[in-house]
Amino acid sequence: MFKPGAIVSRLTFRDKVFSLDIILIVSILLLGIISCFAMYSTDGGEFAYHTKSHIVRFFIFFLLFFVVSFFSSTFWYNSSTIFYLIVLVLLISVKYFGLTSSGSQRWLNLYFLNLQPSELMKIGLILFLAKYYHRISSTDVNRLRYLLQPLIALIAPVLLVVIQPDLGTSVLIAVGGIAVIWLAGVKMQFFAYLGIIFLSTAPVVISFLKPYQKSRILTFLDPSRDPLGAGYQITQSKIAIGSGGLFGKGFLNGSQSYLDYLPEKHTDFIFTLFSEEFGFFGSISILTLYMLITWRIVSIGNMVRGSFGKFYCYSFATAFFIYVAVNMGMVLGLIPIVGAPLPILSYGGSSMMAIMLGLGIAMSCGIHKDQVIG
Amino acid sequence: MISDRAGGESKIQLISRRMFVISAAKTVVILGIVGRLISLQINESNKYKTLSDKNRFREWKFAPPRGIIKDYFGNEIASNKQVYQLHVIPENTENINSLFFRLKTILNLSDKDIFRLKRKIASQKPWDPVIVSDNLTWSEFSRINLFLHELQGVEPTISVARVYHQESFSHVIGYVSQISKKDLQNKEYLRNMNVVGMRVGKTGLENKLDPEMVGSIGYKRYEVNAFGKRIKEISISQGESGKTFKTTLDLELQKLSTKLLKDKTGSVCVMDIYKGDIVIMASSPTFDPNKFVHGISQKDWKQLTQHRGKPLVNKAMSGLYPPGSTIKTLVTISALENDVVNPKMVQQCKGHIELYGEKFHCWKKKGHGFVDMKEAIKQSCDVYFYEVARRLGVDRLSETAKKFGLGKKVLEGFLEEKQGVVPNTKWKKTNIGQNWYLGETLHSGIGQGYWQTTPLQLCLVMAQIANGGYQIKPKIILRDKSFEGLEEFIRNEETSGENLNAIEGFIGKLKYKTLFKNQENINFVKEALFKATNEPRGTSYRSRLTKKGFIFAGKTGTSQIRKFTALQRELEIKNVDLPYEQRDHALFVAFAPYHDPRYAISVVIEHGGSGSSSAAPIAKQVIKKLLERHSLREVQQIKGESA
Repeated sequence: MFKPGAIVSRLTFRDKVFSLDIILIVSILLLGIISCFAMYSTDGGEFAYHTKSHIVRFFIFFLLFFVVSFFSSTFWYNSSTIFYLIVLVLLISVKYFGLTSSGSQRWLNLYFLNLQPSELMKIGLILFLAKYYHRISSTDVNRLRYLLQPLIALIAPVLLVVIQPDLGTSVLIAVGGIAVIWLAGVKMQFFAYLGIIFLSTAPVVISFLKPYQKSRILTFLDPSRDPLGAGYQITQSKIAIGSGGLFGKGFLNGSQSYLDYLPEKHTDFIFTLFSEEFGFFGSISILTLYMLITWRIVSIGNMVRGSFGKFYCYSFATAFFIYVAVNMGMVLGLIPIVGAPLPILSYGGSSMMAIMLGLGIAMSCGIHKDQVIG
Repeated sequence: MISDRAGGESKIQLISRRMFVISAAKTVVILGIVGRLISLQINESNKYKTLSDKNRFREWKFAPPRGIIKDYFGNEIASNKQVYQLHVIPENTENINSLFFRLKTILNLSDKDIFRLKRKIASQKPWDPVIVSDNLTWSEFSRINLFLHELQGVEPTISVARVYHQESFSHVIGYVSQISKKDLQNKEYLRNMNVVGMRVGKTGLENKLDPEMVGSIGYKRYEVNAFGKRIKEISISQGESGKTFKTTLDLELQKLSTKLLKDKTGSVCVMDIYKGDIVIMASSPTFDPNKFVHGISQKDWKQLTQHRGKPLVNKAMSGLYPPGSTIKTLVTISALENDVVNPKMVQQCKGHIELYGEKFHCWKKKGHGFVDMKEAIKQSCDVYFYEVARRLGVDRLSETAKKFGLGKKVLEGFLEEKQGVVPNTKWKKTNIGQNWYLGETLHSGIGQGYWQTTPLQLCLVMAQIANGGYQIKPKIILRDKSFEGLEEFIRNEETSGENLNAIEGFIGKLKYKTLFKNQENINFVKEALFKATNEPRGTSYRSRLTKKGFIFAGKTGTSQIRKFTALQRELEIKNVDLPYEQRDHALFVAFAPYHDPRYAISVVIEHGGSGSSSAAPIAKQVIKKLLERHSLREVQQIKGESA
């Protein structure tokens, strides 16, 4: 009888290298290079702190991507629960030992870097739920008993992040988790109930929101409400992007960001800066690269034989896509400003680490696509 | 194992199905993002580019130096001087209230001023400066500079402001002041010039020449960052100073006239009878126009508006007076031109005449006896002119008067100039709604009644009689050359004589209009005026000049502002005995020199009594100096032409 495990054990290092997804890697590399130039521009055309540290981080985490992808997917399957739990513990410890910056307690000081566990949780939750649904049969998916565990696993970290407070990241964590639950085949009704519960509790939740979060939502609904306050960011971001026109103002010529009209230009508004300097064609190029990455991850999902790999790749692709969509929608003024970084392009070590880890695991699934798990 | 596989297969199908739903949703989202990018970066790109530039650039505009006004000899009448100002840029201050509190102790700022400034600050952009004081003394300015380190947002500035050197020009030059809402409505060219420190002409030449004298504003354009800090200078423009204007006025003569008018209310006008150059236009009492430049105080304003002599009114062009006997020149011309009387006609004056059941008085109670026309002008016999007016009729008189320039504005572009009234039957019907009475014709014949004329109009009439009856167009700005050449033309005509066709051709070309049918009639009046000044019993005999080349000819006038009662007439009430407001206005018009005339003059003294006693003596002194300076003027003209 055919023994699937035998094939895997025969994969040599050379085999692994050859089964790497070239399009995916090139897209990531291109985005990484673009991000370094964008960072150089945010530093005012100087080779300064942000640029240097971004280049170093990209280099390290790009290596991490390869390392992660060479680990077998079984390894990731086996360690997913423990990974999730470790990150959960880190999230809890943020509450007690975390660093506070601009009114929000998100970071753990690990001396060599300030870790933001909520970013890692984006991956941790997907891994955990992918493993969970891999293990139960599809007939059990809609039983209440089997719904309880994933719901708790989802809500616990989301709540922990909301109270930091960090609305953006908590939404993005939830999105990844919901994607797995959706793919597992949980009935539509469940999502409908969830939606109703969410809507009915929204007023209560809003009353718990910080004033700045409330004003962001209100401002989104009417940006002219307070043009110099919360609406300022949206307005200035739209001006920057719009004034870029078809071809942009040219590298290092983005007046909006140079003259400090752009808020958070290193992180959440990096796309605005790029879009101002490289115009519509630049923006479409970036968008295309992201779409290529998403497409490659979905393709890997299609090729993977086990359901863990499919769950993981599809969910991660969906989550990755939503990270991009939320960030762009935010800076384009389509959705409220929630504070979500743009994968790879935005400055930020934890975000970069989480994204590279996620991509690495997807690549690992691709390399070990014939491996049977569990 | 098998069942597990089967379960696994269906599970994988389920995942793929669900993934398909997600992919469909993704497509929608991508289309949304791309659509938004198209809308922002392609469709509305221009709008956002404008907004981005508005973000980037800030402009600070400043007022240019105003054009200078000079007299005929190049003396500056209105120019600019350096002033010390205090500007505050609200954006740069830490706390505007404490700053004002601090400034209050350093300068003399009232709470009212501060209130006004705060309102101004609230109405403009935070980086636009407000002028706290636009004319600091040197000691105030140095005190500000001493405390500058603790006054954040304060900018001591050296700027230029209007300065007027001669009060004698106040009326004709006018003054500048801050731009008002009305100015912005009326003056199109100011729309984009309403910048801090800008001044606009309000009256006189300052108002007339304003569009050319304001110049164009300068600006400094900076790139600024989100916090309003200047990053770099993009462009700077100094603006353009306004144009400088040379006038036909003579500083020395203007000063003399103002001196002669001191403590009197009235005006002096002098005009070149060929070129129409206005050499003197003085009005009294005068005022200090410099007070308006930096905003006149309540107290000063009250003083000016409540003064009996109305200092702000330019009496030369805004004062309206019945012409009195000075109209007799025009009555004579009109009567002769219309052939209604023979100049040799003799009329007996008994001091009064009874017509239409009404008694009409001559100014001389005893009467002039038998007088012919020349004698009647010389002695200003009213009875004779009642008879002339009766025969002439008011409508023919008004026609002549209008032809000579009464009833319409003499100059262009002076808001304050009045056009006066030339009465006739139609005028009365439309304006008063009554029929004309014959008695009113008689009053009109001696320049009383409904007549309203300005001294400038009377001067123009005199000038056009003096030059032999040619229409001229008075001017005050030297560049208006429209009537150059008239003098030459008239002189040539006199010597070369009778070639009528040639003359008419020349007239047509230059658009000179003759005002006579027969020039003899004009000359007749000139001769009569010579007698009035230079022969005994002439009305202005006492004010004559005898030196050769200085002999002039003129006509006095007295315009009544009340009707004499029979009792007053009986008691021979003198003007001096009457209350000021009831005294007659004194008028005198003349041209000089009599032989080869050059200038026409009109002098009006409000409530001055009679023309011969108070107006003619002033005219005499002005004419003397005027003729003395004539050669200087000619030299200057040659200089100006060669330059």
